[in-house]
Amino acid sequence: MLEVNNLHVHLDTPAGLVKAVDGVSFRLEAGQTIGIVGESGSGKSVLAHSLTKLNPEPPATYPKGEILFEGENILTMDKKRLRNLRGKEIAMIFQDPMSSLNPVFKIGRQLMEAIQTHQKFSKKEAHQKAIELLIDVGISDPERRMQDYPHQFSGGMRQRVLIAIALAARPKLLIADEPTTALDVTIQAQIIELLKSIQKKYGTSIIMITHDLGVVANLADRILVMYAGKIVESGSTADIFYKTAMPYTWSLLRSIPRLDAGGTERLLHIEGHPPNLIHPPKGCNFHPRCPFARDACLQTDPPLSEHGTNHSAACILSKPEFDKEKQAVAERKGVLLS
Amino acid sequence: MLNYTIRRLLSVIPVMLVVSIIVFLLVHLTPGNPAFIILGEDASPEAIAQLEEQLGLNEPLYIQFFDWIKQVITGDLGTSVYSAQPVTELIFGNFGPTISLMVLSLLFILIISIPLAILIVSLRKTILDPIFTNASLLGVSIPEFWLAILLVLVFGVTFPIFPVAGYMPLAEGFGPWIYHLLLPAFVLALVEIGIIARMLRDSMLDSVNQDYTKTARAKGVRERDVLMKHVFSNALIPTTTVLGATVAGLLGGTVIIETLFTIPGIGQLLIDSIHRRDYPVIQGVVLFIAAIYVLVNLIVDLLYAFLDPRIRYD
Repeated sequence: MLEVNNLHVHLDTPAGLVKAVDGVSFRLEAGQTIGIVGESGSGKSVLAHSLTKLNPEPPATYPKGEILFEGENILTMDKKRLRNLRGKEIAMIFQDPMSSLNPVFKIGRQLMEAIQTHQKFSKKEAHQKAIELLIDVGISDPERRMQDYPHQFSGGMRQRVLIAIALAARPKLLIADEPTTALDVTIQAQIIELLKSIQKKYGTSIIMITHDLGVVANLADRILVMYAGKIVESGSTADIFYKTAMPYTWSLLRSIPRLDAGGTERLLHIEGHPPNLIHPPKGCNFHPRCPFARDACLQTDPPLSEHGTNHSAACILSKPEFDKEKQAVAERKGVLLS
Repeated sequence: MLNYTIRRLLSVIPVMLVVSIIVFLLVHLTPGNPAFIILGEDASPEAIAQLEEQLGLNEPLYIQFFDWIKQVITGDLGTSVYSAQPVTELIFGNFGPTISLMVLSLLFILIISIPLAILIVSLRKTILDPIFTNASLLGVSIPEFWLAILLVLVFGVTFPIFPVAGYMPLAEGFGPWIYHLLLPAFVLALVEIGIIARMLRDSMLDSVNQDYTKTARAKGVRERDVLMKHVFSNALIPTTTVLGATVAGLLGGTVIIETLFTIPGIGQLLIDSIHRRDYPVIQGVVLFIAAIYVLVNLIVDLLYAFLDPRIRYD
């Protein structure tokens, strides 16, 4: 359904050219959920916004690559076609529900705008549909809440409203850009459950952008790990968690507390900072922070290579080499091996 | 909304009280004996004593104030020393030209600056943006009196399209009325057009990159509707605050413009009264202008609550 081929997105900033997305390729099948994981500044949000060309231009440019949605290249679409795509075929929800609703319009108006943009509904029909959508996302007393303004809703409730807005035209693909980051943990879980139930009910494909592997663990079919504008590992959720093939992913997983470890494990601290994307390091982008780095890592920037069925990673270490080294690093750092 | 309106209305009372104290003191703390200043150097001591008696200047200051405020509350601002007419009569007689000038100016400001700001914002990615921005800065920087003289020279003398002075009341017909007011109202508006257009542009540009604008775009809403509905309605909030100050500023500006174009308004009355040392009139006019100022701010605050639901429900 969605095919991204060798996508490059550059941001032309006063400080220099930022290669925010640097040659990303992936596929998404209908009904599938993909999780895109990475830390702040890894380019995951820019990538997500690229999928409906929502990055402000300037500074964003798309020098190379294509985004094919059902065979059509989004990057070369005219404005009108793009507008028809946004909301109708591909909908988005964003990180901060507190600021993503227009503060001066009633919820009902914002919801009905989403409904009427793509569907020829009368005001009355749109009103009815809006109520149904609010019920769908679990907002009680929807008739009355339609008359309320965003500031009268809590963060979790606003995110539900935003999900309702995103679902207004029954899109085929829902892109969720860190939808739970700004919310309390209990609310996070509710929103994840809501997204799951929506997918089950409507068969919507979901791309879930997050910095939190825990969020995608029980939601995504596949996970893409991004680092410095590139995908450094991609595979099924099980492969990513249990057959990790890339030091960055491995380090990320070791930096999350685990309930099954009995509270004795140490957490891995990934040293240093994400690289400066205006002047990225030579060789592999991750080598300055990588506990497995060797001299060769300064020379070559390894491409994604197959590590199993539908599982690839960008590392010069072969699987046996990596497995061997893992043990040594885990011992040295005092973290869990698996 | 009703609660807010009542609260806001009540807050006018202390403000006006403080304003009236200041206006009262302004005249009474001015060095010199008003009676002496009014009558001039050649006045006889008897005449001065008589005027002092008439103005109540022999009483203690607080008694004078309470006498005056009692009168003010009943709508009596005293009598002009110069013309012996009631001050309220003078003010209302001169208010027509001033309000005409202000309303027309405000219209100019709104119908020019709003479309201008929207145009600038929709052209924000082109070379025209810095040109417009600098032009509005130029508009803000031009001194009113200089521009007034220049426009009078161009449109009144070189190309005699508009009259350079005078005023026709609306009762004489709409045509002559607006014909005499267009040039002064435009001059009065020009500086403010720059300020409002700039303010609205900045607020809109700020709003253009907000998350809710992104949500609207992600819905597939047309860019024009994104700008006109989502961006504009949010940008209006800070602009309204500035607009309030602008309207108040217009009132100050009319003093200069009325003098330049010899329009018999409140500003002229004030200037003339200052020349004549006509204290009751000065006092009355300043109080009146202050009251208008407070009223405008009240309207802006109510408008603000109307535009921003977050204020209404606090």
